Amino acid sequence: MSVVTETTARSEEKYRVTRSRRNVAWTGLGALAVVVVLALFPYIVYSGTTTIMVQAFIVLTLASMWNLLAGYAGLVSVGQQAFVGLGAYFVLILAIHGTSPFAALPVAAIVCGVAALPLWWLISRLRSGYFAIATWVLATTILLLIEKFPSIGGGTGMPLPGLSGFTPTLLDADTYWIGLAVTVVALAATYLLLRGRLGLVLTAIRDDEVAARSSGARVGLARMLVFVVAGIGCGAAGGVLAISQLQVQPNAVFSVQWTAEMAFAVIIGGLGTIEGPILGTIVYMVLQQTLASYNAWYLIILGLVAMFVALFARRGLWGLVDEHLHVRLFPVGYWLWVPDSDGRSRRSLRRGRHS
Amino acid sequence: MQWVNAIIQGVLTGGLYALFACGLSLMFGVMKVVNLAHGDLAIIGGYIAVGVIAVTHIPVLWSFVIVVPLMALLGYILQRTVLQAALDRSILTTLLVTFGLSVVIENGLLEFINADSHSLGAGNSIITSSFSIGSQITIAYLLLLIFVVAVVVLLGLQYFLSASKYGRLIRAVADDKEAAQLSGVDYRHEFGIAAAIAFGTVALAGIAYGMYSQFAPTTGTDTILLFAFAAVVIGGLGSLWGTLLGGVVLGVAQQIGAQINISDEVLAGYIVFLAVLVIRPQGLTARRGQS
Repeated sequence: MSVVTETTARSEEKYRVTRSRRNVAWTGLGALAVVVVLALFPYIVYSGTTTIMVQAFIVLTLASMWNLLAGYAGLVSVGQQAFVGLGAYFVLILAIHGTSPFAALPVAAIVCGVAALPLWWLISRLRSGYFAIATWVLATTILLLIEKFPSIGGGTGMPLPGLSGFTPTLLDADTYWIGLAVTVVALAATYLLLRGRLGLVLTAIRDDEVAARSSGARVGLARMLVFVVAGIGCGAAGGVLAISQLQVQPNAVFSVQWTAEMAFAVIIGGLGTIEGPILGTIVYMVLQQTLASYNAWYLIILGLVAMFVALFARRGLWGLVDEHLHVRLFPVGYWLWVPDSDGRSRRSLRRGRHS
Repeated sequence: MQWVNAIIQGVLTGGLYALFACGLSLMFGVMKVVNLAHGDLAIIGGYIAVGVIAVTHIPVLWSFVIVVPLMALLGYILQRTVLQAALDRSILTTLLVTFGLSVVIENGLLEFINADSHSLGAGNSIITSSFSIGSQITIAYLLLLIFVVAVVVLLGLQYFLSASKYGRLIRAVADDKEAAQLSGVDYRHEFGIAAAIAFGTVALAGIAYGMYSQFAPTTGTDTILLFAFAAVVIGGLGSLWGTLLGGVVLGVAQQIGAQINISDEVLAGYIVFLAVLVIRPQGLTARRGQS
């Protein structure tokens, strides 16, 4: 504050506010280049690699959604597997009725968003910890209900129809591309959401809920929107999962392990930043691939690391990067440039601890 | 007559669910911590009992003499270290940390023990025998015993919190920990004591469940945590007697569901839970505005 009050006397024209300290065009171009290179992967790498990448896309999409929920809206959901499962089952149901699973996926994702509304109405009256367990109960209830319908596989699940026309190579490539597309859309949507007015409200909730409320932010509405968006994103990820597994198995798609994976990726990468889930997913995939032959050990280690990070490095790995380099791949905050004492050269002022 | 039997069985299993819910309720009431690892800790209690019985050949019914103090000690230590550290940061951190703990415990048990089911005291005559009222109603001594234990635990907690000196300290730190601290109470220690008591009831819940049914590493979350939570919400948050009522309602709903279709037992319980959330979100016993 003292910097600002000292300098208000000087010419106001020298103040400048930008989204980022560096030019955004470069990061935008960089992101575009990364997406183009990733899109070419099926032509240059083995199908084993693309299969692992599809898994990473699913985790990254889920993590971005969980980050919106827990990192911004303050909603710790441990029942997001409800939407993973619903997304997979909506794709299955549409495929049974003759739609191509690839065409069914966007529809399934939207239906998940619609389904999120009544679920939100049910559980929104519970706060923090009880909200968390209520989402879990909901996910289990939906699983139990779905298992009652033998026409969609009952308790054992069934193979996904509509994929027999593809050659294995083409199917692998198509699965990869739809996984990539879902992830890019999820990240872009998160970025645009947080840049806009809703993002301002969400960032305010993240930093101080009481202050946000008393400043007139419509916290309840913002939370509902985030829950719906997360429902769409997790539903889409569930659809990709169904296509990549070629089948839908109720206990697998409704497993709480999905929530564990998305939560750990976000916590380790950095809660409440867009970049955090990306970094967290990379850590997750490296650990999971390295420890693949040791059953559930990767989850134990990830869980322990996540607990440690939650306690001792609350902004996660990205927080460490940001602290030292002041880099932001997805600038959603503002950067204030104040004139130096000589009034000529400019230097930038960090705005707050976050955003 | 079989409906009467279903209701009686439901009321009795309600005692078991109330026992599940006790520790969850207490920790939320005092520390405002919702312990997502609650069920997994109960299962740890069950495994400790299996180990203690195998080593000391103590009768199953007396295993609590060793398991409860061990779990209480674990509760005190966990509260003074990890949980207190999380509480000092934020409520969100307590959720992240206890969720992490839950996943770590569950997968740790899968790795170090195995996915096989265990049970306590199969073949013990008191645990497996029952008595009959008329021709249709059979009551297992074990369920009756668990129900009595649940009522005794709830009564004991109620008395302890409202009448004893330590209970008064715990209520003081639950109401306002800074004010209690200013009056010379070390709230961290009191939180530890509350956690120790909660973990003691968690150990009882684990042993009771182990005698009632088989348990595996995943039982902690998909049965104990979720049933405990449903009982707490149905009964009304923060009320010990509401918890017993909630457990009974959940138990009766499940048994009636099982009468209609044996595979719908669990689903029926959750549907009643959701119905309570819709119709009476403050729970059955809580007064308006209390939730």
